[in-house]
Amino acid sequence: MIDFSFFLEILPKLLAGLPLTMELALTSIVAGFVLAVTLALAQQSESPFVVLPIRGFVAVFRGTPLLVQIFLTYYGLGQFRHQLSAIGLWAVFREPYWCAIIALTLNTTAYGSEILRGAIQSVPRGLVEAARSVGLSTYLTYRHVILPLAFRQALPSYGNEIILMIKGTSLASIVTLMEVTGIAQGLIAQTYRAFEVFICAGAIYLTLNFAIIRALAALEYWMSRHLRHRPSTMSDAAS
Amino acid sequence: MVDAFRLLGFQHGGWGAALLMAASVTVLLSVLGFALGAVFGGLAAAGRLRNSKVLRFLALGYCTVFRGVPDLLTIYLLYYGGSVALTSLGHSLGGSGFVGVPAFATGTLAIAIISGAYQAEVYRGAYLAIDQGQHDAACALGLNRLQRLRQVIFPQLLRYALPGLGNVWQLVLKDSSLISVIGLVELMRQAQIAAGSTREPFIFYIAAALLYLAIASVTGHAFYRLERKAPWRVRSA
Amino acid sequence: MKISRIAAIASVLFGLVQAAVAQETPKAITIATEGAYAPWNFTTADGKLDGFEVDLANDLCGRMKIECKIVAQDWDGMIPALTVGKFDVIMASMFITEKRLKIIEFTQPYAVDPSGFAVAKDSELGKLGISNERFKLENEASAQAAIDKLKPLLKGKIIGVQAATANLEFVKKYFSDVAEIREYKTTEQHDLDLAAGRIDALFAQQTALAATLSKPEFSDYTLAGPGFVGGLFGLGSGAGIRKEDTKLKDMLNGAIDAATADGTIKTLSLKWLKSDVTPVK
Repeated sequence: MIDFSFFLEILPKLLAGLPLTMELALTSIVAGFVLAVTLALAQQSESPFVVLPIRGFVAVFRGTPLLVQIFLTYYGLGQFRHQLSAIGLWAVFREPYWCAIIALTLNTTAYGSEILRGAIQSVPRGLVEAARSVGLSTYLTYRHVILPLAFRQALPSYGNEIILMIKGTSLASIVTLMEVTGIAQGLIAQTYRAFEVFICAGAIYLTLNFAIIRALAALEYWMSRHLRHRPSTMSDAAS
Repeated sequence: MVDAFRLLGFQHGGWGAALLMAASVTVLLSVLGFALGAVFGGLAAAGRLRNSKVLRFLALGYCTVFRGVPDLLTIYLLYYGGSVALTSLGHSLGGSGFVGVPAFATGTLAIAIISGAYQAEVYRGAYLAIDQGQHDAACALGLNRLQRLRQVIFPQLLRYALPGLGNVWQLVLKDSSLISVIGLVELMRQAQIAAGSTREPFIFYIAAALLYLAIASVTGHAFYRLERKAPWRVRSA
Repeated sequence: MKISRIAAIASVLFGLVQAAVAQETPKAITIATEGAYAPWNFTTADGKLDGFEVDLANDLCGRMKIECKIVAQDWDGMIPALTVGKFDVIMASMFITEKRLKIIEFTQPYAVDPSGFAVAKDSELGKLGISNERFKLENEASAQAAIDKLKPLLKGKIIGVQAATANLEFVKKYFSDVAEIREYKTTEQHDLDLAAGRIDALFAQQTALAATLSKPEFSDYTLAGPGFVGGLFGLGSGAGIRKEDTKLKDMLNGAIDAATADGTIKTLSLKWLKSDVTPVK
């Protein structure tokens, strides 16, 4: 029943798509994180001119499917070639690779900024007041008190988001990029052996996700080193 | 913009009616997938809370695989593999011919399997959040196992699970767009067909995005009200 | 195989669809087309399927005196869906190739239409213009000479082509060393990308390209170079069926013969495809 030679035949073909999958994921996760931090911090502002557009952006990108976002970025903006050329952006939007990265980045930015905004709000007020009372500036309070605590708080949720992004890269296959899922689909269409291809491609994603989960666990361990050997009081707020 | 109104209108040659019809398919697909997913998720959560090693392993395996593998891949598997499996099952039972599954059923099943893996986590977390004292008290009252579950545990489980379920619902709604790849004419697919046929992708994908947004906010609000206004509201949320 | 068990149980809940049983004379069949390959087959605003193959399918069913239902199916899932019985016949301008014949059966071809390139008028290849030449890939020397003539003109270009097609195999085999090849799920998608300027050339059936290029937004583009047939393109477009449905094959072949003989295929072809694609026997 199980045909190992077939697995050996398709595994290298599928693995050939792994670098692209990882590249898409890494670029959009890193860029998305930077933007998410920026948006989360900007939302601490009291000005509605800053907060409302961000809230709108977040609502739109969390409320619509990633697939629509990718199609809109790729085929939708493709209609505006001349306008985009005029402002020098066509070189970017011409490439399916960059369109996928832009859509993935904006998507993870929206989710990430919500996670971080929640985490920043969860930092006890008392700690912030204490920091201010010893004379730390707003910048230093964020740098040394609020953000480190918020990042640790956000880590489990952000970990989920990273896994979702890895899964999200599979949609890049819809805009001609041949990453693991794109290759898998081609193989199914050629060999008509859905189960074997699924098992093989699935194993690649699971391995990748497992490695990420382990890395995040190690990061969490490292970030909570000051809490170890003490009764835990902070660990129950995240879910 | 006049062009957009004409394309999205309801007159002859306009795609408005088709898009709204497709949006209702999206809602139906999501609701059924979510409901069936609740069954899978409930079973998986129960499995993970059992003492049996085999059950725990199976349930954990299910959750890990379908939360870790891209949903698109799961959908392809069910689409291409589902009928093959059913046909061979039919043959082994002495049947002949082919067994096909309609795209709607495949889509519902795919959403159920994927969302079940997420719902399992929510139910498990909610069960664990119930105070041990509640179990003890129910036992002390002399309630049998079924009564304990129905009258004490289940109502509390639901209230703890609601916020998480709201998140999974949003995920399901957006995931339903992926079912378009197997040819079911739901909202995403209809937008694609219209975009291809009119060569106006921008207008139709924006229209699809707005419809998804509308569905997401209406249903999101319903979940919110359920959480806030329900008589069995949790003290602090 | 937990998944298959769940699938089995759930499909019982949802109701199984039992397709036509092989060997017996079918009374009703389901025919699948892509619905995204104008003018061969496409979807109208009110969701109806239309085009050359839709008309032809209805005509053939009338001749066979059986009831037909025409459904849309994504191109890349066409063959798997046929083999598992989602429908009984494929009519989607599918070329009868050796590779596909390993898995499914075909009727005789009902259309033969060469494949070729579409490019911008001011590109090197575009300046070459349309040639009405047809090269049979079986005649290796002359076909290779034609390909070698095209190669330098496509150097460094991006060619868009539909996935899981003989057209893709052709460009992969002969042009992957000079050009980048992008695979699309539908031809509509590569048309959009040509108009957007993301790709430099399309490779598809010339009738389908001609229909695309007749749209105003493609006024700067043209068919270019010769057409290719035969070889890995197979015998032309035929109706795909399951291997065991021999009765159905005979019935369809008879109907295609009749539609060829009385000129129906030619009439429909001129109406939809603007050229005669009737196979020459």
